[in-house]
Amino acid sequence: MKKAAILPKRRVTLRQQDMRIAWLLIAPSLLVILGVTLWPIIYTFMLSFYNAPIGIHQARTFVGLGNYLSMLRDPAFWDTVKRTLYFTVVSVTLELILGLAIAQLIHSRPLGWKFLRFSLIIPWAVPTIVNGAMWRWIYSADFGALNGILFQLGLIKHYIPWLTFPNQAMNLVIVADMWHTVPFVALILQAALAGLPEELNEAAAVDGANAVQRFWYIRLPLLRPAILVALIIRTVEAFRVFDIVYIITGGGPANHTITISYLTYLFSFPYGKQGTGAALSFLISFFTITMAIFYIRLLYRPEETQG
Amino acid sequence: MRTFYKITTLFIALVMAVSLASCAPSAPKGPVTIHILTMDQAGLKPAEIDQIARDFEAKNPDIKVNMEYLGYDYIHDKIVTGMAAKPPAYDAAMIDVIWPDEFIKAGYLLDVTNRITPEMKSGIFPAAWNGVTRNGKVYGMPWLMDVKYFMYNKDILQQAGFNAPPKTWEEMVEQAKVIKQKGLAEYPITWSWNQKEGVVCDFTTLLFGNGGAFLDANGKPAFNNEKGIQVLTWMKQTIDDGLTNPSAISSDEMAVEADFLAGKSAFASNWLFQYSDSNDPTKSQVVGKINFAPMPVFKAGADASIQSSSVDGSSSFAIMATTPYPDQTWKFLTYLASQEVQTKFSAEMLPIWQSSFQGDNLNALLAAAPTNPVTVPAFQAQFPYANERPTVPYYNEASAALQLAIQNALTGVKTPQQALDEAAAKWTELGSK
Repeated sequence: MKKAAILPKRRVTLRQQDMRIAWLLIAPSLLVILGVTLWPIIYTFMLSFYNAPIGIHQARTFVGLGNYLSMLRDPAFWDTVKRTLYFTVVSVTLELILGLAIAQLIHSRPLGWKFLRFSLIIPWAVPTIVNGAMWRWIYSADFGALNGILFQLGLIKHYIPWLTFPNQAMNLVIVADMWHTVPFVALILQAALAGLPEELNEAAAVDGANAVQRFWYIRLPLLRPAILVALIIRTVEAFRVFDIVYIITGGGPANHTITISYLTYLFSFPYGKQGTGAALSFLISFFTITMAIFYIRLLYRPEETQG
Repeated sequence: MRTFYKITTLFIALVMAVSLASCAPSAPKGPVTIHILTMDQAGLKPAEIDQIARDFEAKNPDIKVNMEYLGYDYIHDKIVTGMAAKPPAYDAAMIDVIWPDEFIKAGYLLDVTNRITPEMKSGIFPAAWNGVTRNGKVYGMPWLMDVKYFMYNKDILQQAGFNAPPKTWEEMVEQAKVIKQKGLAEYPITWSWNQKEGVVCDFTTLLFGNGGAFLDANGKPAFNNEKGIQVLTWMKQTIDDGLTNPSAISSDEMAVEADFLAGKSAFASNWLFQYSDSNDPTKSQVVGKINFAPMPVFKAGADASIQSSSVDGSSSFAIMATTPYPDQTWKFLTYLASQEVQTKFSAEMLPIWQSSFQGDNLNALLAAAPTNPVTVPAFQAQFPYANERPTVPYYNEASAALQLAIQNALTGVKTPQQALDEAAAKWTELGSK
């Protein structure tokens, strides 16, 4: 930008001056945030290299990579990772499919679409703990609503103790979690859909493309950035799921719903081994960062625009 | 002018950021507030403890008592996280009988040996002191002596044609089969076998009732011998035969109470609170129909002269070592556990004081609540047979391994032998560290 010759010479441009002020204004709160988040992360990282039992004057012995290695060598750890991956893959896939379907439904503006969109917020607004307690009662063997409905419809002859089947318990937890999180995906995708240009769709319809082709070749590619956002957020959150497992099953029956975050909790608090807990939490971070990188490589195309 | 606004905004931003730092609490003035954590499950009800706290505050205007109530399963973790703060989040907490070793090793509990008066020493049952004494030092004030009781619905038994409760577990199974056959209860027996400490309590009762034990004379795991396997196999068999409610695998003690008090089962083992709740019309549909009986044993145990077997579930209150108010806290704890207070509220839990059960005090105790004439003899009959779970500092992790083993066997994922052997291996590993 050329400066007029009559103006006095400035060392620093106006924009640079404003940036400096902006930084100064943010600096105090930035320091506070860094203190609250950065210090615990560094401390936990250092803790993961020690054997650190809970206690006030307990000695801490340096074990180097010992905590990490003992976990990586433990078959129970890998079982837990597999279980968590199962939860994540099934949960996120179903959420995407359902979320997309609901988003499309809202987008097509049926009668009462505003109410539908509004009512989606309610499951999402319920705190996860409350959601977990509610579903634990729904699944209750003796007093649960699920048993009640199925019994009254004549579909079952006896009340079924849902949460006592090791192989099904995880699926039940997935259903409970999905009720809470599908609205999030649906609303993100619906907002993205609302921003898509309709001309492309109409042009394709004129050219003879049917609904499926229009969805697959036009809508879906245009939704790719929004899907990527929903995928990354949901995958990372699903991989780290904890509170719903804690409330509904407490990791049971027979450890079949223990996820990797729950395992971290078990080592840190009931067993009192903070070093192992810290190592586990960093292993979780490592997994989730890897997944995020994988997603971005797979799906992020910066040259794609929304039209 | 522009510079003025910039400087002002910058100043305000700095002031706001710095004011966050002053969020730390300053030294208190006026009455001291102590924070106590306890459970809302067994023992006194929260409303009753609140009343005791208010009575105490009336007598001690310079102390305010802030009680916090949690389900039993969450208290251990709350204590651990609470102790990470300075000052600690709680000045005192309820300590279950299985935690002192772990917490003493962690340095959480204050040594109160010098605060115990001779009256306390001689007045309280020796068994209650065992729960808080290690190496001759006392780390807490006993509060609740609880044991698991065997309760049955005498109405259902009579309708099935039985005049007396069973003396052995095998006899109970026979009675249950008849009850089920006659359609009086779909699942005559209910247990709390979910993957929490409750299942280990039941396993303790059954194991010792079969003549088994957790550890042998050398301190090595012994619960995976044939006695332990018999017990676990029996547990699974009762589910397979449709006698034990299959929801037991996901039930805790509150679920057992709900089932029993709805009249859906004939036999339920639970802590004392289930009896007083059974006579509360707002909670129970079987008011007046519940009786105590001595906890049965297996026939093998009876042949070995074991008359009854149960599990000690006592609890005490301990002062947290880093509290700034040990004296005020101790004053409240001694008041809470005092003989008068315990006698007054004895409908929910029986006193820890030996003299309450003798002479005139016994008459006063029996008159203190309508259920006491039943609960006092039941307590005196059952408590001598309360067995202890191992007092090791790694108990939590060991118990988790045993809980997993029992669940593995009950859900059929592993055989009882495999499951118990794995748990025993884990105990050996933990014990060698």
